[in-house]
Amino acid sequence: MNKEIIVSIKNLTKTFAGHTVLENLNFDIYKNTITTILGFSGAGKSTLLKHILGLLKPTAGEISVLGKNISEMSSFETREFRQNFGMLFQYAALFDSFTAFENTAFPLREFTKLSELEIHKQVTELLLSVNLQEIAFNKLPSELSGGMRKRVGLARALALSPQIILYDEPTTGLDPITTRMVNELIKSTALKHKERGLTSIVISHDVRATLEISDYVAFLDHGKIIEYLPALEFANSDNPLVKSFINL
Amino acid sequence: MQFIKKLIEKLGFYVIDVIENLGQVITFMYRFFYWCHRPPYRFQLMFEQIYFVGNKSLFIIILSASFTGMVFAYQTYFGFQLISVDSLVGPIVSISLAKELAPVLTGLIVAGRAGAAMAAQIGSMKVTEQIDALEVMGISSYQYLAVPRIIAGTVAVPMLSVVFNLVGNIGSWFIGTKALMIDEVMYFSKLSEFMFVEDLAQGIIKAVFFGFIISVVGCYFGFKVEKGAVGVGKGTNLAVVWGMILVLILDYFLTSFLIRIL
Repeated sequence: MNKEIIVSIKNLTKTFAGHTVLENLNFDIYKNTITTILGFSGAGKSTLLKHILGLLKPTAGEISVLGKNISEMSSFETREFRQNFGMLFQYAALFDSFTAFENTAFPLREFTKLSELEIHKQVTELLLSVNLQEIAFNKLPSELSGGMRKRVGLARALALSPQIILYDEPTTGLDPITTRMVNELIKSTALKHKERGLTSIVISHDVRATLEISDYVAFLDHGKIIEYLPALEFANSDNPLVKSFINL
Repeated sequence: MQFIKKLIEKLGFYVIDVIENLGQVITFMYRFFYWCHRPPYRFQLMFEQIYFVGNKSLFIIILSASFTGMVFAYQTYFGFQLISVDSLVGPIVSISLAKELAPVLTGLIVAGRAGAAMAAQIGSMKVTEQIDALEVMGISSYQYLAVPRIIAGTVAVPMLSVVFNLVGNIGSWFIGTKALMIDEVMYFSKLSEFMFVEDLAQGIIKAVFFGFIISVVGCYFGFKVEKGAVGVGKGTNLAVVWGMILVLILDYFLTSFLIRIL
């Protein structure tokens, strides 16, 4: 397996008004893998995600993404740098006044100089690649099912061919069938974009889904990484907290 | 004793909250000036918002203006008739509309309609993570959502105020000359004698400031929304209340300033 480091977190600490949310985190995320950050609610997963995206600055320590120290970038540099990321939100976060097609076209219209014809072609390809039927292209998010919204959200996240794709609680609140569909979508997306080195980072508290899709699993508890192993080894971890979490 | 202590505490918290909000609104304004001249310039979004604030408020503005002008002409006529200066109904109504009624009532209507809509739109985008989605894409949510709305409000409110003024005057003319039988020639001659361009300018300048403050407050409370649908409702309500209050307060200070320079 390619072990090129894509995200490197060193001594990361974050405190909010004296309360430590992340404490001295040290771990690397490797290119071309699906890495899941697992943990209870309030463990600091979302805070960690915001640090990786450069939305929050660390109190101490540093985060390097694609070889660049994101914590030292100016806000303008960080904004530009975020084009290397795609993100699928928990509830897809589609723009509710745009159709599925317009949502997917949005990053292309904002950041590229492609003609409308080229955008149309790319968006159609993207939406079909996430298995969205053409009939749904011109529907508003409110007219789409939860699963369809996730597909459109993923197509939008992939529109600018990002190096890293982040999934924030992708299966939370979904029925078992849609959960399976989303897991398969994560796996197939990683596979389809393997050649260009897409790295997937998943934030989750769904153990079953995590073990099914991940290459690596990091377990975060009270702001500390207490276990970080390849998924198969993680499933057999001796750590009592991890064990109890897996067996919940 | 306990009751008084609690009352003072509540009052203290309220005062701190108001000062905190005012400080944040000023920071919000600073961010507008920071972002408004930085590319990309989103003209399409701006025109969409001008259309939304302007065109969509037009009907209610025309309706309010026509009745305001007509009622004001009636009231003035019956007062002025007692001292036989009913020919001054035209200029009185017209000056009042130009300097005060048109900008203030337009401001209040727009605060209730467009200010509330801005807070609701941005607030619901915030609770559904759409604003986070913009930020993650590297797009400044402030530049994308607030800047076009604030510019639109600043441009559209003076235009609506001019419409209010015009329609109000038509209402006044109609009631004054057709129902109250004031001589039409006299009506217009007194109007041209007492009405000046400075009166119109004063109203338009006020409307520019009102449009700016209403949209700043609308966007500010939209971005401040938290806690789901309840938060959106609260944000919308605060946007309307504060938008209206600030229009009235600002009107006093603008009047005392403009009256000296115009």
